[in-house]
Amino acid sequence: MTDTPIIMHEQQFAQLTKVLSRLRLESSAHVVFVVDKNGQQIAVQGEVGELDTTSLAALAAGNVAATGGMARLIGEKEFPTLSHEGERESIHICIIGRVLLVVVFDERSSLGLVKLRVKQAARELVAIFEEITRTPEQKKAGEDSIFAEITDEDIDSLFN
Amino acid sequence: MTFINYASREINCKIVYYGPGLCGKTTNLQYIYDSTAPASRGKLISLATETDRTLFFDFMPLELGTVRGFKTRFHLYTVPGQVFYDASRKLILKGVDGVVFVADSQEERMDANIESLHNLEENLQANGYDLKNIPYVLQLNKRDLPSVLPVEEIVAELRRQNEPVHESVAAKGTGVFDTLKSVAKQVLTELRKS
Repeated sequence: MTDTPIIMHEQQFAQLTKVLSRLRLESSAHVVFVVDKNGQQIAVQGEVGELDTTSLAALAAGNVAATGGMARLIGEKEFPTLSHEGERESIHICIIGRVLLVVVFDERSSLGLVKLRVKQAARELVAIFEEITRTPEQKKAGEDSIFAEITDEDIDSLFN
Repeated sequence: MTFINYASREINCKIVYYGPGLCGKTTNLQYIYDSTAPASRGKLISLATETDRTLFFDFMPLELGTVRGFKTRFHLYTVPGQVFYDASRKLILKGVDGVVFVADSQEERMDANIESLHNLEENLQANGYDLKNIPYVLQLNKRDLPSVLPVEEIVAELRRQNEPVHESVAAKGTGVFDTLKSVAKQVLTELRKS
């Protein structure tokens, strides 16, 4: 397979949550989340309430994939940011390596402020995800055994 | 591409239903959605045209339970089957962990099955995968219709190696969960190997 799995450990998850939490405060956003480019939600911070973040994550990734496809057709590598402005709620998406940073905000904030704060947070997220990409190599010996020990019975029990 | 989160103890995997137009990919997902407890699944998102043809994809998250203390969540996607949506199909295969090919068993759809299966192989290759090395299941759908070909005949034409083959009538739910179970098992077994 082309992509290695994203394996997130508690310390990295805590760092990621901290960055998202600060971004949310500084950009006065509703919800901030990180999604991988395939649509899996990695972390979320904010007033989630009734918001279906799983679906939003899948659609954000689909959106980025579709606009990325259009970019390539006109000779661009990708469109690194996407913004959708509604009457009350808006969404800003920024591509950071293999993940997407998605910010949902309303009239209490502005696209300019969100873009500025996202730029700052993006640098920290790049560092965190570089670390996540390196970690599987280092920790292979110890922690992978959890999955190596999965038995056929474990798998069968999911379907009973 | 599997996402393993040690902090929230979750495993997330992506399964894609592929096949020619009107073979029953969305119907598979719809049946799974209708027969699963709301607590175990999220919304079924369908990006469809006004005539209910899939435009981009259908999506549904499904939680199966826990393995070794990890919640296992499967993200089920369908692709648009119509030939001219090829760019979208290629995008949806990105990061896939397992594929179900839904074949339409009717004689008159055999050419469409063959074309779609070739297209799957090409699009997987474009994303760096090989159909022979990823978790894969062949589903023979619409077995209740009058003009179906014998199973052996379809298998001879569409089966690539030793992948599991399941007969189904997705509209009635027959074989739908057997297919899902079959591909999910392979995905989790793959995880064990890696």
